[in-house]
Amino acid sequence: MTYPTQTDGTSAGAAPRSTVLSLRGITKRFGALLANDAIDLDLRAGEIVALLGENGAGKTTLMNILFGHYVADAGEVRVAGPDGALAPLPPGSADAALGAGIGMVHQHFTLAENLSGFENIVLGTRPLWSPGIGGRAARAKVARIAADSGLGVDLDVSVSRLSVGEKQRVEILKALYRDVKVLILDEPTAVLTPQEAEGLADTVRSLASRGLAVIFISHKLNEVISLCERVVVLRGGAKVADRATAGADRATLAELMVGRSIEVRHSAPRGVGEPVLTLDRVSAAMGRRDRLVDASLDLRAGEIVGIAGVSGNGQGTLAALLAGLAAPRSGRLSVLGEVITGEDPRAMVARGVGRVPEDRHREGSIGAMSIAENFVLERLQGGDFQRLGFLARSRIRAETERVIAAFDVRCSGPDAPIRLLSGGNMQKVILARALDGRPRLVLAHQPTRGLDVAATADIHRRLLDARDRGAGVLLISEDLDEIFALADRIAGIHHGELSRAFPAGSLDQRSVGLLMAGQDPGIAA
Amino acid sequence: MEALEILLQPSFWAAAIRIATPLIFGVLGALLCERAGVLNLGIEGIFVAGAMAGWLSVYLGLPLWGGVAVAALTGAAFGLLHAVLTVPLGLSQHVTGIGVTLLATSMSYFGYRVAFPNVTSPPRIEAFRPLDLGPLREIPFVGPILAQQTALTWLAFACVAVVGLVLARTQLGLAVRAVGDNPAAVESQGLSVTAIRMGAVVAGSALMAVGGAFLTMSAFNAFFFGMISGRGWVCIALTVFASWRPGKALVGALLFGAFDAYQLRLQTVSGGVVPSQIFLMLPYVFSIAALLVAARRADYPRALMQPYFKGQR
Amino acid sequence: MIRFVRREAVPFWLSLAAPVGAGLAALLLTAVPLAISGAPIGRGFALLFEGSVGSVFALTETMARATPLIFTGLAAAVAFRAKLWNIGAEGQLYAGALAAVVVGTGAIAAPPFVLVPLVLLAGAAAGAGLLMGPVFFKSRFGADEVVTTLLMNFIVILFVQMMLEGPLKDPLSLGWPQSEPMVDEAVLPKLVDRMRVHAGLLVAIACAIASHVLLERTLWGFQIRAVGESAAAARYAGVPMGGTLLRVALLSGGFAGLAGACEVAGLKGYLTADLSPGYGYAGIVVAMLAGLSPLGVIPAALFVAGVFVGADTMSRSIGVSNYLADLVVAMSLLCVIVGGLFARYEVRFVRRGAQA
Repeated sequence: MTYPTQTDGTSAGAAPRSTVLSLRGITKRFGALLANDAIDLDLRAGEIVALLGENGAGKTTLMNILFGHYVADAGEVRVAGPDGALAPLPPGSADAALGAGIGMVHQHFTLAENLSGFENIVLGTRPLWSPGIGGRAARAKVARIAADSGLGVDLDVSVSRLSVGEKQRVEILKALYRDVKVLILDEPTAVLTPQEAEGLADTVRSLASRGLAVIFISHKLNEVISLCERVVVLRGGAKVADRATAGADRATLAELMVGRSIEVRHSAPRGVGEPVLTLDRVSAAMGRRDRLVDASLDLRAGEIVGIAGVSGNGQGTLAALLAGLAAPRSGRLSVLGEVITGEDPRAMVARGVGRVPEDRHREGSIGAMSIAENFVLERLQGGDFQRLGFLARSRIRAETERVIAAFDVRCSGPDAPIRLLSGGNMQKVILARALDGRPRLVLAHQPTRGLDVAATADIHRRLLDARDRGAGVLLISEDLDEIFALADRIAGIHHGELSRAFPAGSLDQRSVGLLMAGQDPGIAA
Repeated sequence: MEALEILLQPSFWAAAIRIATPLIFGVLGALLCERAGVLNLGIEGIFVAGAMAGWLSVYLGLPLWGGVAVAALTGAAFGLLHAVLTVPLGLSQHVTGIGVTLLATSMSYFGYRVAFPNVTSPPRIEAFRPLDLGPLREIPFVGPILAQQTALTWLAFACVAVVGLVLARTQLGLAVRAVGDNPAAVESQGLSVTAIRMGAVVAGSALMAVGGAFLTMSAFNAFFFGMISGRGWVCIALTVFASWRPGKALVGALLFGAFDAYQLRLQTVSGGVVPSQIFLMLPYVFSIAALLVAARRADYPRALMQPYFKGQR
Repeated sequence: MIRFVRREAVPFWLSLAAPVGAGLAALLLTAVPLAISGAPIGRGFALLFEGSVGSVFALTETMARATPLIFTGLAAAVAFRAKLWNIGAEGQLYAGALAAVVVGTGAIAAPPFVLVPLVLLAGAAAGAGLLMGPVFFKSRFGADEVVTTLLMNFIVILFVQMMLEGPLKDPLSLGWPQSEPMVDEAVLPKLVDRMRVHAGLLVAIACAIASHVLLERTLWGFQIRAVGESAAAARYAGVPMGGTLLRVALLSGGFAGLAGACEVAGLKGYLTADLSPGYGYAGIVVAMLAGLSPLGVIPAALFVAGVFVGADTMSRSIGVSNYLADLVVAMSLLCVIVGGLFARYEVRFVRRGAQA
């Protein structure tokens, strides 16, 4: 691998390291919104810098400017050339960024699944009209990089057959193959178990020790503290801190990020009642990948059970069973005292199951339709909103206006297309639809993904309210902080196998990590 | 047993290959577009336009290969129209494709009427002749079959190999396959999704048009209204049947050709007891059946019909 | 460079401007083929206009031609609203015509107020029934309905030819493949004396209004729109997918079938294999010009019909091929989808790279 020669052989951190990337006064406006406000950022070879910030703090905009997807209104990006001297990067050119040695691993992988890992790596590295796809030299280079970085993965099978962790390794190899000087990792551990994340951290450290500069975008503060030497915090588009990680703790960083102190509250349940959901050795599958094998679980009225696990391990199937989109292949599934054998989303709603789907844009809402239409979508079959098949339009309007007020949805009115709402407000409409009928069983699948702190807090409060009202809540989340904030009992899911549910108080990050990896945390339930 | 003897006649197999040839071009073109993520329902009209343009240029004095080139360019032009509307502008591929078919068809028919306002029998050209294979003709059974084929059929076979090789073994092929699966993968490697998709649609459409030209310049020597009669749609069905692979496309087209040739011969054997329309329906029924067989396990390109805009992921 | 910025809401005037602009643009573009064919452009346009709306005869002729187009336009509009790509209206039209002939040429003796509805119902049922095949293939095998409906068109027309040369052939037709004439009791009444426009037009308009009410005001219509806008969300919310698809297919195929039945029972009086000059495909253009709105289908169909009728007049007077009409119709389809883009998006010219 060719890294800047200045750091070759020297131990990272000792000698003053050369700057490889320098951002000066980056400013970007979208209409009235100041997305980036005169941001300065310097990055030296071999350094791991955390970029912290809430959704909407300006991280994505900054990275898009660095990558040439956007052009800054003011400011300059400079990158070290082959001679080590900083030279301005032409704005608005993704090619130039790539050519200057800036690489990024996105949260959503940019891999073609029908190609092999090797093919993904060499794609676009030679002129399109050249015969062959890379040849022996490319093979050798990939093998050398994989060995050097310790990123082992089978590069000759189609990417669709790799696990999420393996795909991420291909993504990193893809960047390294282009001899990057700066590697940006965007929320890289969101899709990994804590143990896998530890492996990634080792890789990142080893890459940095060879002179690679790393920008690590994350909101997991523990990781940031243990991995990064420096942390840059953005808030409301401005840089509010740029400090060494040493000496910082979670609370300080969280406060910097949010701008106020956050209370972590966990209220105990008021007492649990009858089981509202029982799985007894249930097996089911959604498609080829996501499946559930012999899963058993009890969820009682008045409690929240959190299912921790990396997406794709069977949560999709579990959620689909509750949503009425899948049926058990074997075993016994009982919802609110009724044994479920078929797929019928309508029947689930009718039984009193409130469902919050994982993807609010795809399954949760119909973007082109109005808030009112989205609100009544799953409740139309009943007599409330129709008469002899004709829509009771004034009633639909009135009810929607009521829940808009009750759930504090910020919008121009019930007739506004739902696609115009922010993520948080859209999620509130979905939550209103699920919770307004006072369901006795609630499925909340990734209920706050991508939402800001305020919206997240609001949705958490409403889920806790539902529990306190006596509903049983099944919370499926990849976000351990969310699981710990809400769940009374926690189970892990791994390769379709659901662990026992342990009392939340008896678990910590590490033991949940073991559950997510399918191992026994070694505590009594 | 006459029905089975047909299968032993070299002339039957020669006809099967002749019928298959335009479909080979068509399926290759369609799979190229779809591999890149663009459904091209303009195919039916592009067939008509290719048939008309190629034939007309030869009629007006161009050499045969010049006619093929004009046909290809005509196809490319309609492909470009489809590509501009569906790739950078992201318009519905279904509706745009139907629009391109209607436009290409009506332009061809109108153009024909402008060129020949008052003819009753279609003007003819000197079409491609079977390629002289020399000593290869003497190979038993196969020789006579191949000896009847024209250069365009051999070009179709060559195209199967070339498209297959390009897709499997070149950077360009990687890019086309990747852009139909996950455009972001292509963009993240510094390539232009728009350029690759448009290029694939233009190239695919040119192939389709050559398929059309085969009909007026090799299978027949004139242009008729309604001569394409659904061959384009058949190609779309066969593309699914071929799971977007050039080799299987060849097999699918040859199967269709054999089936069509067989029903044509069966018609004469049956002696008029069964209405001819029953036989004429069979190729369409065959195409639907082929689609049904393949559809369940079809592995559609993941990004098929998904428009992509720069920086989106 | 140019950036497209999605409008929050499309103003009403703009949603009207898109199809009107598209129609005008397509007509203006017609000057090119007119010039190529060496025809006098000004006189060509004058004839086109005169032939479509220039007299009572022209107007009624346009309305007669618009009747099947309203039906096929509705067939496409209703189906496309649910993202059911029924491109088989041409075949369904012939199926409807065939059924109308079977019922209406003497097999049943009944007074007009029984027989006419019976003929129309038979046509609708045949069209709807024909679409059941592709719908079944789609739900059972996952076979794309675009291809199956398109291929069915060819099968149906061959079947009609077969029937016209066989069991349905009129023995008095001197060998010409056409059906026996419809009995008087099965014929739709004329709307204007000595003109060809018939009561089918009223049926078509009633269907358009009913479709509008259905889509906008009823539970079923709501479900159809929901499935079309997002199948995943509709399914999640418990919208019955199979039932909705089936209802859409019955409506869509039924409308296309009515187009055929009305042509036979209102205009031609008997069936031939060249009954439709591509009304099924033109219906797609009508639907797109209408922005998939059932009420919009009526003016859109009148426009397309006007182009067809006007082009016929022009063709007769100055010898320009009436394929010109198909050309205008095809161009208006492409113009309207591009026009729709301009209605939904605002075009902003910005400095290169400074996009947001």
